[in-house]
Amino acid sequence: MTTAAEGTEPRIAIAGLGKVYRSRKSEFEALRDINLNIGKNEFLTLIGPSGCGKSTLLRILAGLEEATAGSIRIDGEPISGPGADRGMVFQSYTLFPWLTVRENIEYGPKLNGVPILERRKISDRYLKLIRLEPFAKAYPKQLSGGMKQRVAIARALANKPKVLLMDEPFGALDAQTKLEMQQILLDVWEKEKTTVVFITHDIEEAVFLSQRVCVMGVRPGRIVSEHVVPLPASRTEETRMLPEFVSLKRELGAWLKH
Amino acid sequence: MGLSEVKAAARKRPKLQIFRDIEPALFTALATASFVVILGAWLLVSRLGLVDPVFLPQPQNVLAELVRQLGTGEYWTHIWISVFRVTAGFLLACAVGIPIGIFAGAFRAGSAVIEPPMEFIRYMPAVAFIPLIMVWVGIGEWAKILLIFIGCFFQVVLMVADITRRVNPDLLHVSYTLGASRWQTIETVLIPAIRPELVTMMRLILGWAWTYLVVAELIAVNSGLGYAIMKAQRFLNTEQIFVGIIVIGLLGLFSDRMFALMHKRFFPWL
Repeated sequence: MTTAAEGTEPRIAIAGLGKVYRSRKSEFEALRDINLNIGKNEFLTLIGPSGCGKSTLLRILAGLEEATAGSIRIDGEPISGPGADRGMVFQSYTLFPWLTVRENIEYGPKLNGVPILERRKISDRYLKLIRLEPFAKAYPKQLSGGMKQRVAIARALANKPKVLLMDEPFGALDAQTKLEMQQILLDVWEKEKTTVVFITHDIEEAVFLSQRVCVMGVRPGRIVSEHVVPLPASRTEETRMLPEFVSLKRELGAWLKH
Repeated sequence: MGLSEVKAAARKRPKLQIFRDIEPALFTALATASFVVILGAWLLVSRLGLVDPVFLPQPQNVLAELVRQLGTGEYWTHIWISVFRVTAGFLLACAVGIPIGIFAGAFRAGSAVIEPPMEFIRYMPAVAFIPLIMVWVGIGEWAKILLIFIGCFFQVVLMVADITRRVNPDLLHVSYTLGASRWQTIETVLIPAIRPELVTMMRLILGWAWTYLVVAELIAVNSGLGYAIMKAQRFLNTEQIFVGIIVIGLLGLFSDRMFALMHKRFFPWL
């Protein structure tokens, strides 16, 4: 169904993926026949109404749930369970409340046995990237929602994952903070060069962030359409006014009404 | 809106609002007042001679008795042996119960194996085990420690299992996606996450341990605060009974404050 963005070999190859929840009395088909290739350093967004299985797909990618059909390969290797190669940012705040901002960022490298001086360098770099250097020693409870999500992004990236999975990370934030976070995320993505799979139900967010958007439909959850975003790589607030931006928004809106 | 209407509106709102914070000074004042009222009622009843002093001694006599007893080495021996028994039984129950509780809370299979029998046993009164304990370990120190252990252990396991189950599963998922193994997740997420509630749980259980101590010291002992109370009863020495109860209360209050302090000191992130 799809090919990866031009000039890149696929980082993620999803083939014939399906997920059926079975209980003794009933069956629910959450996902049917998902085929998708995602390129190295591509920013891909899955958008769809609630119940379309977009979160389920992301959780299967993360290895937190198992598919009932099909396969997922990362760089040609089939995935088995969660791993450090696929970092994840959740919608709910999931910073470890007993660790400071810096310790949260260093959590992954510490697990992997990175020596302390090296860890310090890594956390310094990411604190700078998310513009939270003055908060290195703060505990999560002292941070605003937007700051918490920035730290969650830094914590995932500090682990050098091949793929960054984001499950509506800005869904709980107020409108103004959300715009700010989108800009910061794009800056980080440009500097870090990593593959991002992003989930949202916000059309504007999808267009602003992504290189490619897949619209998902319900009953069963499946990909109904795919759109390459015809916008320049570096984006600012003015990008939102471009005719291409507005027309893609309208197009996605129409697909979502299907 | 006129001033009188504003005042009327303010008057309509009740002073006692659910969960509403009050001034710290007011809190202290109310807490002090409640002690003063209890003491006042006691003073009034005993001074007016409404109750025979054999049943209810006068507060100043109890205070005098308290000072006198604390002046003797014998009473301190009672205090120390009681503190030792409580601490030993309590720590043993926590040391064995907490790991088992974490296991039961973390794994469904563990829960299935551990919790139903515990639920069953915990409704058996610990006191009913006394004859059995005497058969098992005799009437020495171990008998008292074992009774306190039995009284606390099953509660500890079930409470820890419950605390463990309440940990936000997304925290575990995050650690998996950061490369943690199952064991690393338990060590670096599950256990740190439950620490504050473990301390709260221990604070609660320690109170129970003191209750079981007094029961344990009613049987075949010649030392400890429970023994001191029983001996006083034999001589109808109500002042000494009161002293024993008050000393236990003070020790409980002291240990409770220690736990509260630990909470502030060890968990700055809360």
